[in-house]
Amino acid sequence: MGLELYLDLLSQPCRAIYIFAKKNSIPFELRTVELLKGQHLSDAFAQVNPLKMVPALKDGDFTLTESVAILLYLTRKYQVPDHWYPQDLQARARVDEYLAWQHVTLRRNCLRALWHKVMFPVFLGEPVSPEVLAATLAELDVTLQILEDKFLQNKAFLAGPHISLADLVAITELMHVSAAHKPVGAGCQIFEGRPKLAAWRQRVEAAVGAVLFQEAHEVILKAKDTVSLADPSVKQKLMPRVLAMIR
Amino acid sequence: MDLIPGSCPRCCPCCLRLLPPARPATMGLELYLDLLSQPSRAVYIFAKKNGIPFQLRAVDLLKGQHLNSEFLPANSLQRVPVLKDGDFLLNESVAILIYLSIKYQTADHWYPSDLQARMRIHEYLGWHGDCIHSTFGVSLWAQVLAPLIGIQVSEEKLKHNRAAMDRALQFMEDKFLRDKAFLTSQQVTLADIMALEELMQVVVLGCDLFEGRPRLAAWRQRVEAFLGADLCRETHSFIWSIRELAANKKLPDPPPEMRSRMLLRIARIP
Repeated sequence: MGLELYLDLLSQPCRAIYIFAKKNSIPFELRTVELLKGQHLSDAFAQVNPLKMVPALKDGDFTLTESVAILLYLTRKYQVPDHWYPQDLQARARVDEYLAWQHVTLRRNCLRALWHKVMFPVFLGEPVSPEVLAATLAELDVTLQILEDKFLQNKAFLAGPHISLADLVAITELMHVSAAHKPVGAGCQIFEGRPKLAAWRQRVEAAVGAVLFQEAHEVILKAKDTVSLADPSVKQKLMPRVLAMIR
Repeated sequence: MDLIPGSCPRCCPCCLRLLPPARPATMGLELYLDLLSQPSRAVYIFAKKNGIPFQLRAVDLLKGQHLNSEFLPANSLQRVPVLKDGDFLLNESVAILIYLSIKYQTADHWYPSDLQARMRIHEYLGWHGDCIHSTFGVSLWAQVLAPLIGIQVSEEKLKHNRAAMDRALQFMEDKFLRDKAFLTSQQVTLADIMALEELMQVVVLGCDLFEGRPRLAAWRQRVEAFLGADLCRETHSFIWSIRELAANKKLPDPPPEMRSRMLLRIARIP
């Protein structure tokens, strides 16, 4: 059995891994784990990852969890072009710096924004309080400002002149908030009023390839509808984990 | 601050805070740290253990010095630790640790060149970011830092935090440590020092996290034995004294810009 990737394209880190593997023609078996159907809670999947979370990687006897670890593993094992994770000490440190920073900042805030703005109202059947939503969006705003001012600055990509793992991880986070609003629109248009970020997004999409980019984001584009169709008993099972995740 | 590895940094005699260097900045590696902060301690302990020569730039978080470009470069993320190597500025403890391990060619076990061994460290650090970092900082916020600005963290939140710490420690033992000597291998890695420093943040408040956890307790002994008692004492002296300093009102009164940040941080405690 070759490389297996356990993913749900509903999840941002899963999308980053999917795009990376496809872009670099890394051969793998896609094992889709549908979160909204509670498939990650199965005993079978617990054998792969006892934390019951995606993404997960299985390469023969070697099992690996955590998206950054998985991306770095694929980078090294499949000897992808240098720009994804440069050999140069300082260039690589820039990528490490972003990957470390984003974990509790952008990642957390995009997840909260998606759930508070879009998913909870559908999941719970009622909107989140305006105060909570406002606070969430304000925090997201601060994070986006740091992304622009401290990371992107006047560079083409987050860690330098070429696309790297940092950009993939970032773009899939931002699409989490942005894409979920289409075609409904309104509210969280994070690229509006941020021309620098919007231009960066275009560059990332061009570097990845429009077709692959679209393919990776199909699931999140339909997220709102998928959530509303989810089985109520599954929703109940998922709620505590969702709440823990967005704390 | 002299550059001789292993020597004790200058400490203020009344509060044991690290003092900034007596002489102005010169070329070479600079580490901007506050030993109040867990990731700062991890970087400090790593640099010292490996004899990496550096200028210590002490940044007093409680005084809000990280917001002041006199103490911390303005183009940083205004958090500690920060590394400055000539013109090169780097934030984030994990990035700094990896940079130092590669640049100074530290012993392989810290960040092994073997792919799978190295990835186990990143796997641990990913989980650490979600479940250890922040979680193990709550006790200090509740017992020392929030009271500095007159805030009390609710018993409900503390109860929630204790349960979260419990789960995290169980997982640390069952999924990471298991029967190994250290978290991701049979030798000390970057993962172990990051973990140790987070756990110390609670231990110094008199809470024995290791009670009823003999495997983790043994792990802690091994890590500290490897680092050496002197280095551990030096690195942890301030944090060990923090409760007493707070009780004797020897901690600084946070300035207004710090108060608002502290309030935000406290509000985020789940």
